[in-house]
Amino acid sequence: MTVESTAAARKPRRASKRTSAAKKPQSSEPQLVQLLTPEGERVEHPDYSIDLSADELRGLYRDMVLTRRFDAEATALQRQGELGLWASLLGQEAAQIGSGRALRDDDYVFPTYREHGVAWCRGVDPTNLLGMFRGVNHGGWDPNSNNFHLYTIVIGSQTLHATGYAMGVAKDGADSAVIAYFGDGASSQGDVAESFTFSAVYNAPVVFFCQNNQWAISEPTERQTRVPLYQRAQGYGFPGVRVDGNDVLACLAVTRSALERARRGEGPTLVEAFTYRMGAHTTSDDPTKYRADEERAAWEAKDPILRLRAYLEKEKLADEAFFTALDEESETLGKRVREAVRAMPDPDPMALFEHGYADGNSLVDEERAQFAAYQASFADSAEEGK
Amino acid sequence: MAVEKMSIAKALNESLRLALDNDPKVLIMGEDVGKLGGVFRITDGLQKDFGEDRVIDTPLAESGIVGTAIGLALRGYRPIVEIQFDGFVFPAYDQIVTQLAKMHARALGKIKLPVVVRIPYGGGIGAVEHHSESPEALFAHVAGLKVVSPSNASDAYWMMQQAVQSDDPIIFFEPKRRYWDKGEVDTESIPGPLHKAVTVREGGDLTLVAYGPMVKVCLEAAAAAQEEGKSIEVLDLRSMSPIDFDAIQTSAQKTGRVVVVHEAPVFYGSGAEIAARITERCFYHLEAPVLRVGGYHVPYPPARLEDEYLPGLDRVLDAVDRSLAF
Ligand SMILES: Cc1ncc(C[n+]2csc(CCOP(=O)(O)OP(=O)(O)O)c2C)c(N)n1
Repeated sequence: MTVESTAAARKPRRASKRTSAAKKPQSSEPQLVQLLTPEGERVEHPDYSIDLSADELRGLYRDMVLTRRFDAEATALQRQGELGLWASLLGQEAAQIGSGRALRDDDYVFPTYREHGVAWCRGVDPTNLLGMFRGVNHGGWDPNSNNFHLYTIVIGSQTLHATGYAMGVAKDGADSAVIAYFGDGASSQGDVAESFTFSAVYNAPVVFFCQNNQWAISEPTERQTRVPLYQRAQGYGFPGVRVDGNDVLACLAVTRSALERARRGEGPTLVEAFTYRMGAHTTSDDPTKYRADEERAAWEAKDPILRLRAYLEKEKLADEAFFTALDEESETLGKRVREAVRAMPDPDPMALFEHGYADGNSLVDEERAQFAAYQASFADSAEEGK
Repeated sequence: MAVEKMSIAKALNESLRLALDNDPKVLIMGEDVGKLGGVFRITDGLQKDFGEDRVIDTPLAESGIVGTAIGLALRGYRPIVEIQFDGFVFPAYDQIVTQLAKMHARALGKIKLPVVVRIPYGGGIGAVEHHSESPEALFAHVAGLKVVSPSNASDAYWMMQQAVQSDDPIIFFEPKRRYWDKGEVDTESIPGPLHKAVTVREGGDLTLVAYGPMVKVCLEAAAAAQEEGKSIEVLDLRSMSPIDFDAIQTSAQKTGRVVVVHEAPVFYGSGAEIAARITERCFYHLEAPVLRVGGYHVPYPPARLEDEYLPGLDRVLDAVDRSLAF
């Protein structure tokens, strides 16, 4: 008897509870490492402490404000038709600046496509990030000049690259660390599971930094996992920690500690930054189809920038002049980005045939020549037309 | 007769709705197919009407989506899975190629794998990388899979019905830049077989062979050539595996000249297979070598260069001229 006929012989059953999709995971209450409350109060944590100068604190604030300003400008540029698409990081500034500022120059970063704040910390000129969203290139920066790899669009792929890179670092006997960024959705991909396996088995000096922004396009985290994501690490044999992703101090402290652990040769750590994507998934997405406004409102009360500002003001660590100067700096940045994008030229058509291969390729050469002749035929007919 | 004008997207949506209605074993699975209705809204409203157990938002894992669809099919279900974009099918490629394609044969025909893998494919929408590719040849090359692509709303509607009813795994490529093109759909008159090519324009001087997004370009090219007194026939293949070689042969013998047009790179593309077969079948009827128009052997370019990469009217007409010059 075939499988088909046995199935057909069975009476159709109403979908039972057993077969319906799982609802909320059992423990959705986050156990967060927090050093700064949403109200801007400093709190202590037994495992993670941090002692920053006023200058450093203002620096983190400045990073977050400028990153948000850059992101807002890019969103506006998309609306004005200057960019084809934009993936906003709004709400994730603390996770990115906190982790990004924990890095040393010789560390290497493998981002996904939303890590504009991390790029900022690496000193990548923000206008470089816009080429791929404008559609003039597929990356557009030299990953080795800032140890910041290209954005990766295929979900989860880069976690394996980070692991392999980290294996190389260890083989070289260097004490650099590697950090891989990915989302809560990405945690479902096989590549991510395999990167956990490899990094654990080879004790690779890599930090997995998962920004759990609660959504993978329209799907909530519960559609990816039944247990809090940071707990996954345990099954692979390395530590996992959940940090308040809207607390820049906690993100800095936790990432720093994970990087140090990697440097000491103790292997990988999974950091889950519990945060929120305040905007749409990308400019092509319509979040009103799948999530309630109240949810965003609740997270707005945890805004990472307002939180640090409250602390700076309360502790008199920054004065009015600081904030005014930063506003001006933001506007200058916005203007520079706007101008740079508008001035970004379309690529020369012949660029199609560039960089497909490092060594020459006779097939590409042939097609390039045919294409050039074809392009020239239009110029000729325009001449004839005169 | 129930003839309605609708977009390809709407036709697919209506067809999926009908499939869910007709057979309780039909399931829809994929990322964002539920509340959002898919990023292209092809499954819009289906979860609302059929519930979360039949229109299933899956974890973000393509290998998982296809792999579990195989298991569901083994249990008697008929899953229709959505891969969000062409470039994201590759995590599932292993499951499709090593498992889905071969299980029926390995079981000596005792099991069937009625799985439809829907893939919005092709360029022309100004997207970032991995959102514009045409990987059909990579699937057509694999025995055990059937590979189809509609070019208009009526085919979208009916080919989806036929695909769901097929007991073989079908890779269903949807020409994403045509989703919003409208056409008439007769939801009552049953059309011809899924794998039959259709002559969408009659002509005597040359045959353009195309499928999916390129059919429209070829029809436009034929209309433009008509103004110059050239009579061009356009064949819509509809199926890349199997291919209706009889229809191609008939047309090739009639016109003596064939140009194959697709978006995918020409090198090792479906045009190569078609050209070779035509040469084998009707060498003495040909007035010119079979020419191919398609993408170059380069990574799919950034959006601002895709018009140079994608075959447009001019490139098709240029090939027509070259063929006629022989
Ligand atoms: C392999 C793959 N499948 C599907 C997609 C389409 N896609 C792009 S982003 C995204 C959601 C990602 O969610 P998450 O990993 O949580 O990251 P976030 O965007 O929330 O930062 C999806 C499904 C993709 N880019 N790659």
